[in-house]
Parts: sequence; structure tokens; C-alpha cells
Amino acid sequence: MAEFIAWVLVLAIAAYACAGGTDYGAGFWDLLAGGAERGKRPRWLIDHAMAPVWEVNNVWLIFVLVIMWTGFPTVFQAVFSALWLPLALAAVGLVLRGAGFALRKPTRRLAQRRVYGAMFAVSSLVTPFFLGAVLGGIASGRVKVGTTASADAWANGTSVLVGLLAVAATAFLGAVFLCSDALRFGAHDLVDYFRVRALIAFSAVVVLALIALPVTHDDARYVWDGLTGGLGLLLIILAAVCGLATVLLLLRRSHGWTRYTSVASVALTVGAWGCAQRPYALPTSLTVAEAAGAAHTLRWLMIVTAVAIVLVGPALVVLYRLDTMGELEELTDSDTGAVRAAGDNL
Amino acid sequence: MFSTAVLLANTPDQLLPARELMAFTLASHILLVPFGVALPFITLLMHHRGLRRNDPVALLLARRWSAVMAVQFAIGIITGTVLSFEFGLLWPGMMGRWGDVFGLGFGVEAWAFFLEAVLIAIYLYGWRRLKPWTHFWLAVPLPLAALMGAFGIIAANSWMNTPQGFGLDAQGKPIHVDVRQAIFTPMFGPEYWHFVVAMLLTAGYVVAGVYAVGWLRGRRDRYHRLGFTVPFTVAAILTPVQFMLGDSAARSVFHKQPVKFAALEIVWKTDTHVPEYLFGRMHPDGTISGGIKIPQLDSILAGFKPSTQVTGLTSVPASDRPTATQATIAHWAFDIMATIGSVLILLALWYAWSWWRHRDNPRGRWFYRCAASAGVACLFTVECGWITTEVGRQPWIVYQHMRVSEAVTSTHAAGIWTMLGIVMAVYVLVFGAFLAVVLKMRTRWRIADEGSAAARADLPPEADTPYGPRSEPEPAATGAAPDGGSGHTSGGAS
Repeated sequence: MAEFIAWVLVLAIAAYACAGGTDYGAGFWDLLAGGAERGKRPRWLIDHAMAPVWEVNNVWLIFVLVIMWTGFPTVFQAVFSALWLPLALAAVGLVLRGAGFALRKPTRRLAQRRVYGAMFAVSSLVTPFFLGAVLGGIASGRVKVGTTASADAWANGTSVLVGLLAVAATAFLGAVFLCSDALRFGAHDLVDYFRVRALIAFSAVVVLALIALPVTHDDARYVWDGLTGGLGLLLIILAAVCGLATVLLLLRRSHGWTRYTSVASVALTVGAWGCAQRPYALPTSLTVAEAAGAAHTLRWLMIVTAVAIVLVGPALVVLYRLDTMGELEELTDSDTGAVRAAGDNL
Repeated sequence: MFSTAVLLANTPDQLLPARELMAFTLASHILLVPFGVALPFITLLMHHRGLRRNDPVALLLARRWSAVMAVQFAIGIITGTVLSFEFGLLWPGMMGRWGDVFGLGFGVEAWAFFLEAVLIAIYLYGWRRLKPWTHFWLAVPLPLAALMGAFGIIAANSWMNTPQGFGLDAQGKPIHVDVRQAIFTPMFGPEYWHFVVAMLLTAGYVVAGVYAVGWLRGRRDRYHRLGFTVPFTVAAILTPVQFMLGDSAARSVFHKQPVKFAALEIVWKTDTHVPEYLFGRMHPDGTISGGIKIPQLDSILAGFKPSTQVTGLTSVPASDRPTATQATIAHWAFDIMATIGSVLILLALWYAWSWWRHRDNPRGRWFYRCAASAGVACLFTVECGWITTEVGRQPWIVYQHMRVSEAVTSTHAAGIWTMLGIVMAVYVLVFGAFLAVVLKMRTRWRIADEGSAAARADLPPEADTPYGPRSEPEPAATGAAPDGGSGHTSGGAS
């Protein structure tokens, strides 16, 4: 039972990495889009593509936290005690990011849009880095029950590399999705713009992964072994294949499947990490079975999850379908009958 | 006084900042909750009216409200995410020990919230291209999802007030968890309905208040009339209901959490024929200064007769009950909540009387002044209600099972104080910007309405097809649209 819930948790993390990651990636490219004039078109696309779905994508994170404290309360306690600072910074980043994005849309003054846009973009970089660093800290076995908050738990080679990998992976996902969005919205000049960026981001992922191999060899030995052998290795290879397939499709400009292959590569990587950590919830100090909450709760957590999938699943499918079919469009000023007011310059 | 000092000396340094941080973030988040829970319902009412009667003014209102909802919901989601982080960052002790006992409520809430986010996205972004009734029906489950989300949160909070559904082993760790019992705790029912109605009431009065202000400023068109009447009617109908629910919730506290009740009513010694104090201040020796004393009333309110015995604070050791200051805070919050609730009933009666006699809203300026203040008063009441339940439970985080000081993180106080400073600065910025954006939207709409009223005297602002792509965007609107705002139809070129 605990094993099963642990997999649900891994799946939720994978879902957040893919759905939320795409949004972080969009924010990353927003940051690098250049000045107000040069970055106008990419920013317009990013706004349009993210708007209907980013809130839903964000809720995966809440779900991850809830499964963690309901299913594995001791793990939750240990992680939040040991990794206090990166988690606190990630939380602040989440606020700034969401507020920046939500407030930029209805703002009509260039100066204000710049401020909100900067808030959104910078925190899109900071938040995944710290969340990645948290995963790195856990994977390296630095978090144990009773570990108090210390810089060592997250300011180390493994954490920093996983943090950077997280940023690179979100940039990759973001660019791939924006490529397809550009096609969907008929902005053909932006297709190549984001195609190049997707390829660059993928190279960054590969380079960081290669650097990570020797760095984590001793530092995170248990997970390293898991990722270089057995089921973990198989998943990593599949992830690499999916990643390469994305690159090939991008090079051949056939964008139909790139979304799926890029998402698969990220999800499979998260899955590989889940495999590599087995049977531990906190590597080498606390197993999933030891960390599990009350059996009765886990059973109910499963029931609630099943009911929720039945309820939420169709709604989610409808949302993504409507979104990809272009049926979701923001209300414009002409819909709400707004006019230009003094001081508007956008 | 001495005992208070000893208690303070025994509490860890980080307790105060942790508490302040949690209080600040929750107090901010809770101001958005009424709109997350109830604004979709009120908007759908208006939307239904618009579609059913083919009423362009009602549709315009629904559309504008959903534009406000879009920004509000986003801010609510992020402040809500911060709270779930804070459970771990500030109270790891509680989550580590009790997470599997009471966490499931949050599980229900998270899924409900997920569903709400999906539905709200479809609703907000479906206005232009979905078929009118399809669009409406896709949003109908939205208020139900909101109710389910509230179910989860209140289940967790009521469990903290009246924990059950577990046994304890030799080390005091929970075993034999029974989830159903842990969700449906004695305080759950009273707390849940009181909360849900409070949210509907608050959203109704706040939205109506906006149009009451417009009415006072001389904008007496059908738009303002409709914008006022629909939400105000919802709130006015629920006001007396809320009064009964509040009363029953207070009586449940009397039965299930007698010490908390003693704090709310500042009762020092267990006794019969207990007087009621309206406001007033409790001192550490149990004396009370100030306030209005009404003999016997507290006993009567608690058990319908003067001989009802009310448990006092001194029935438990000083370390197990709120301090005099905390009791005074909870008492004031409780009294302010009850007072505002009672005044709102008068307002609702005024409205009902006018409809009964004249089939119309009251005409007087004073009615609209009161209606305009009702929204603000309600938000204030929501804060008071939350203070009542949280401060009244002190020093327990899990009533009679875990103290707040046992649950707090071991992180240094300095770190949490810094975090508090950062969060306060960020929240002031975010909420300020949110308010500014909403006010700016309102101004743009008002100017547009006034402009179009002058230009097209006989055409309502929505004479154009309310659904689907516009026939021809107004020149002014195109200029104000964000870059590429009409990007879809024009192939994304802007």
C-alpha cells in the first residue's frame, strides 16, 4: 500500500515537473526575450499560451505536498525541517511568479508591465532551481529524520546540479511547447525562434547531465547506482531516447509529436529517480515502508485519489482539448467594454 | 502575571515569529476566500439571468465579474500554495505526528481545488468561443467544487479543534487511525455551514457594495441596479440563516470546547448565573474591567436558562488555557463578529420590508450607505471569526493533544523574522497591486459606459452579439487591448 502511494507521489511530482515545468520554462524565455520592443512578440505568445492553464498546472504542487504529509508525515517533517531555506525561497518565488503573471495581463502601462514581467520571469528561474535543489538534497541522502536546517543540505554539488538541471529541463519543455503554440496561433516567425531555443536548452541538459555524472558519483552514491543500473537505467535510457526523438523531430520541423516526446523524457527521468531511490523515501536512512502513515489513511488516500481521478480527469481532458483546439480565449477589453484610460501606453 | 512570565520563558524563541508569519499569511489569504468560494456562484446567477432573459446588461455584469475573478483567483491560488508550504516550514511537528490522521481533509481539498482551477479556466476563457449554454453548463459544477474544497479545509480545522479518530500508543503517538471519525468531528458540522454561509454572505455584500457606491454617486441606471440587487438579495436572504448558524456554532463550542468558550465569553470561574460581558478586558487575576455587564445572560445564551453551569478558565491549569490577553483578544473578536452579524440582520430586514411594501429596493441614501459598508464589515467579520477560532484554541494546536510550542519548527527565530519581513513586503506589494488593477479595470469600464451612454443613447453597451467574435472592435478598445489581444482571429499578427 505504502509502495503504491509512493508511486502516486512520484507520478504527481512528474506531473508537476511536466505541467508546471512548461510554465517555468515559458517564464525563463520571457526573461531572455530582450527589451520591450524586441521581446514583444515572444512575450505575447508566452502570455497567450500560459494564461488558461497555468493555475491548473500550479495545483499539482499542492497535491504533491498533501500526499506527502498525509501519506508520509515523517518524510514531510524531515524535508521541511532540513531544507528550510530553499523551500522558503521557493515559496516566495511562487508568490512573485504567480502575482507577476496574473497582474501583468490586465496592466496597461509599460512601466508597470515591466515590473510585473520581471517579477514573473526572475522567479520562474529561481523557483525551479530551489525545488530542484531540494530534490538534490534528498537524493544525496543529506536529509534524515531529525536533521536541522543547514546550508549543507542544499548548498552542495549535487543540489546545485539538480537545481540547474531542473532549470534547463523547464527551459527545454517551455521552448518545445511554445514552438507548437506558435504554430497553433499562426505566429510562424516564432516557430523557428523557439525551435532554436529548444535545441540549445536540450544541449544544456545534456552537458549538465554529463557534469553531474562524476560530481554525484560519491556524493549521492545510492541514487547514482540506481540510475546507472537496473530499472532506473532502463527508464533513463528511455528518457534519453524520447529526448533525442524530440530533437530529431525539431530538426525535421515536424512539430506534431514534440510535446509528447519532451514530456515523456521529463516524466521518465522523474520516474527513474523514483526507481533509483527504492526502497527508500529518504535514501539510506528511511524506507518507504517505515515512513508510511497509518494504513487506514493510506487506504482512504487511495480511494480519494481514485474518486478524484474520475472527477478531475474528464475536466482536465476537456480543458487541455479546448486549449489545444484554440477554443479558449481571454476576455478582451471589447468584451468587458473597457476603454483606454489616462496613462495607458500599451 | 507570574505564571504568564514562566510560560513565556518556556516557549522557544521561534514560536512568536512563526505564529506571526502564519497569522499574517492566513489573515491575508482569508480575505480572498469568500470570492473564491462564492463569487462563481453569484456570477453564475447573473449569467443565467442574462442568458435566460436575453439580458445584455446581466451578461455584461457576469463578464466583468469573471474578469475580476480571473485576477482574484490567481492571487488566491498563490497565497494558498504558500500556506501549504508553511505547514511544513513552520509546524513540522504537527504535520509529522498528525499528518496521516487529519491530512486527508487536505487531500479532498487539493483535488477539489484542482477541479475548481480546471473549471474556472474553462469558464473564464470560454466566453468568446463556446456556445452560450454549453459555456454556462460547463461552469455549473464550479460552486459545488468550491463547496467540496471548503469541506476539506474545514474538516482539517475542526479536527484541530475537536481531534478524534485515533488512539495513542505508549509514546503518545497516534495509532488506530479512523479516517471517517477524523473528518466528521463534533465541530465539523457547525463550523462548515457557518463558514460556507459566511463566504456567500461576504461575497454578496462586497459585490453589492461596489454598486451601492455607484448608486450613491448618482449612477442610477439599470446596470447598477442589477449589479446591486442580485448579490445583495443572496446576502440578505442568508443573513438571518447565518445568525442561527453562528449561534449554534457558539453553543457547540460551549459543549465541545468549554475552555475555549470560557475564553470567548471571558468566564473566570465555573459557575451558574454567569453574566454576559459585551467587550471589556480580562486581567490575569480574573477580574474584568470595562465593557457592559448583563447579568445572567451568558448562562441563558449557553443553555437557555440562568441556572446553566458555564465552565470557567480556572477549571484547567494556567498552562492549558489561553492567557488573559489571548482570552481578551478572542472575546473581542467574538463580540465584534456577533455585533456586526446582528446589525446586518437589521439591514436585511430593511431590504425585505421595502420589497414587501414597495416591490423595490429602498430609496434612501442611508440604505445605500449602509449597504456599501456591509461588504467591508463582512470582511472584517471574517477576520474576527478566524481570530475567534484560532486564538480561542490556544495554547493548543491540536486541542488537548499538542501545544503550538511543540509543533513549531526548530529553525532559528532570526530566519523566521526575516522571512516574515520579506513575506509582509511581498504581500503588501501583491495585494496593493491587485487592488490597483481591479480599481483600474473598474475605472475603464465606467469611462466606457459613460462614453457609450452619451454616444449611443438608445443602445446598451452590449448591443453587439454578446457571444462569439465581435463584429467590429471599437476603435478605443482596440487601442487599449494588450499587444496581440485579438491575435487569434488575425493569425497572431499584431
